[in-house]
Amino acid sequence: MTLVTDTPAPFITAEAPLISEAPQGTLFRFATAGSVDDGKSTLVGRLLHDSKAILADQLEAVTRTSQERGFGGAAGGIDFALLTDGLRAEREQGITIDVAYRYFATAARSFILADCPGHVQYTRNMVTGATTADAVIMLIDARKGVLEQTRRHLSVVALLRVPHVIVAVNKIDLLDYDELAYREVEASVRQVTTELGIDAAAVSVIPVSALVGDNVVDRSALTPWYDGPSLLELLETLTVIDDLDENGRATEDFRLPVQLVLRPQGAVVVAPELADDYRDYRAYAGQVASGSIRVGDAVTVQPGGGTSVVTGIDFAGVELTEAFAPQSVALRLADELDIARGAVIAAAGTLPGVTRSLDAELFWLDPRPLAPGARVLVKFGTTVVQALIAEVTGRLDLTTLAVEPATTLAVNDIGQASIRLSRDLPIERYADNRRSGAFLVIHPQDGSTLAAGIVTAPGPLTGAGDGSGAGSEVSP
Amino acid sequence: MRVAPMSTVTATTATTATTTDHRLSELDVLESEAIHIIREVVAEFERPVLMFSGGKDSVVVLHLAAKAFWPGTIPFSLLHVDTGHNFPEVLEFRDKTVARHGVRLTVAKVEDYVQDGRLAERADGTRNPLQTLPLLDAIAAGRHDAVFGGARRDEDKARAKERILSLRDEFGQWDPRNQRPELWNLYNGRHTVGQHVRAFPISNWTELNVWRYIERENIELPPLYYAHEREVYRRDNMWRSVSPVSLPREDEIVETRTVRYRTVGDMSCTGAVDSTAASVADVVREVGVSTITERGATRADDRISEAAMEDRKKEGYF
Repeated sequence: MTLVTDTPAPFITAEAPLISEAPQGTLFRFATAGSVDDGKSTLVGRLLHDSKAILADQLEAVTRTSQERGFGGAAGGIDFALLTDGLRAEREQGITIDVAYRYFATAARSFILADCPGHVQYTRNMVTGATTADAVIMLIDARKGVLEQTRRHLSVVALLRVPHVIVAVNKIDLLDYDELAYREVEASVRQVTTELGIDAAAVSVIPVSALVGDNVVDRSALTPWYDGPSLLELLETLTVIDDLDENGRATEDFRLPVQLVLRPQGAVVVAPELADDYRDYRAYAGQVASGSIRVGDAVTVQPGGGTSVVTGIDFAGVELTEAFAPQSVALRLADELDIARGAVIAAAGTLPGVTRSLDAELFWLDPRPLAPGARVLVKFGTTVVQALIAEVTGRLDLTTLAVEPATTLAVNDIGQASIRLSRDLPIERYADNRRSGAFLVIHPQDGSTLAAGIVTAPGPLTGAGDGSGAGSEVSP
Repeated sequence: MRVAPMSTVTATTATTATTTDHRLSELDVLESEAIHIIREVVAEFERPVLMFSGGKDSVVVLHLAAKAFWPGTIPFSLLHVDTGHNFPEVLEFRDKTVARHGVRLTVAKVEDYVQDGRLAERADGTRNPLQTLPLLDAIAAGRHDAVFGGARRDEDKARAKERILSLRDEFGQWDPRNQRPELWNLYNGRHTVGQHVRAFPISNWTELNVWRYIERENIELPPLYYAHEREVYRRDNMWRSVSPVSLPREDEIVETRTVRYRTVGDMSCTGAVDSTAASVADVVREVGVSTITERGATRADDRISEAAMEDRKKEGYF
């Protein structure tokens, strides 16, 4: 046997993208949304392919499968949807079932893409993808314009306050690159986003053809009337964080939900001669949810309302002078306060107290409908407490975008409810703080995630948060 | 308070606390996300355990755990499913690393199951799919309600659909069509008796992220991740090591080549690649320009079918 005809594929080729030679940039997270057949998977495949994020063996496998299935198409006989549809059932049925995460990088930055399915369980998957996204790409079929599904998706994007919305008007090739037809779709998109209260500056509209590649990575010569960036150019330049002022300071107040108290007592990993210094070590570990804090800053802790001063910020053995979102740190405080998992450490004076009730917008995700008076668990930050959904007060009509009366919510409904809590919690409006105002509704017996919730109005303060109210935290 | 250097973890941070634009680098964001996940699982579960093979991904998770609980020790034990076909230098590295971190390691052995007939050797000799039963038995015996793993979504298209916290039933099965939605950074770890949760703190890391992190944090790995001379022969378009469990057939030619491993698993199905990358920096460069995926280049078992990983995961594989 000779090795000449049979040598393994070269590990490195000259044409490969030189990712490692690019400076290490920032991480940008985006999600895709749109109806079935709008060509979402094709757009994602095109984006990955044209930005050279598809490696040779993946492309070979997809090309082989495309040809086996007799896929014609204008994309060189490659069915790009096969790149993201990872489950057997998805490839067999030609649909996307669940959110798929893809990773790629260009010279400018690295991307995490949540590819969300557009059919049946759309709200569920769309909400999943959108809660962590810096941007959402909404796909629209240029021939169909804004559909009910588009309005639903844009409502979710608006309610979740996704920082950037990119509306990709797809299949522009099928309209023969007609500017007037595109302008009509663009105008109706702008009308809906305005109705939904999305800041016009946060919305970009782009004419694309995912199948052919127009304006996906490179600007197309066939749309000379469009002078904006390509989709990839836009993704490379949108800001990652939307809450910094012009001086680069965080505009949201500092919040750190305490995950656990680090109190190793004797069991330390530091050198033996230093172990004595750590015998009384006590720090509050958590991920900064918003804002920033410096050593010397005053803080308030809720529930309890205790105040203290930050004496140290530790990051695994390195002392920082400042911590900011989304760093995972450990804070040392000057005073011994009663702080356990579930407490929130906040910049002094910014978190006035606690409450026992709230009004919320619920994205109902479970196939079982919400029964009025349902007893559930809710998870805020690092706390899980018992709660009662006292009343459903309305449901969003996704055709008219008006709130209609309702007493129950079914899967994929977006509705409004009043919730009572078994315990005092420091709760904020989602509009003021995207992390502290978000929560999960959980089934108390089987543990399913029933709904995603955002606080529209915290109830009246039940105190400065001295934590004396009855009720108990649920152990995990 | 004086701040001491970490004895088991290289004390470095890439964050410049004085920067005016507050953006963290990609690695900083991924590191903090992983530490947050590890701390959540430790806070919400009774008996977590980390699947630790000595491979680069599990080594990175162990390093992140050490950082998450500094200056305390890691508050959970480790579990390794030994196929009996592991590379000896990886097992040696595994034991050394476990000792250095002062954690407890439980080893579940596929060999025991093959010996007493609970598992049958496969015709192709690979033992990778045989790991599932010993893994599930070890999880039950240890009464573990949460199992950390170093799996990454960029490894495979089935793993791309995996949640960060993934619920498994008492048979360890993964139901990809019925996963809990994962919202914001609020992880729902609630489970009932018999169920457990798999937790993947580095879900969002790519192979290149892992290598850059290993470089930045100066993390030690088994030597076979770096270029070395080895007696190999060609099979399934990859270089197989000559060993008692992976012997060449008569028509396969043995030669000495300079190779390295991109993944480290069962010797019977893991292949090496031609490489001269002898240092971490070389590997980072090499991975950055690679045109073949990590598993595509080195894992025979993932080539069986388009859905090989999905099928194994549904049965309880990690």
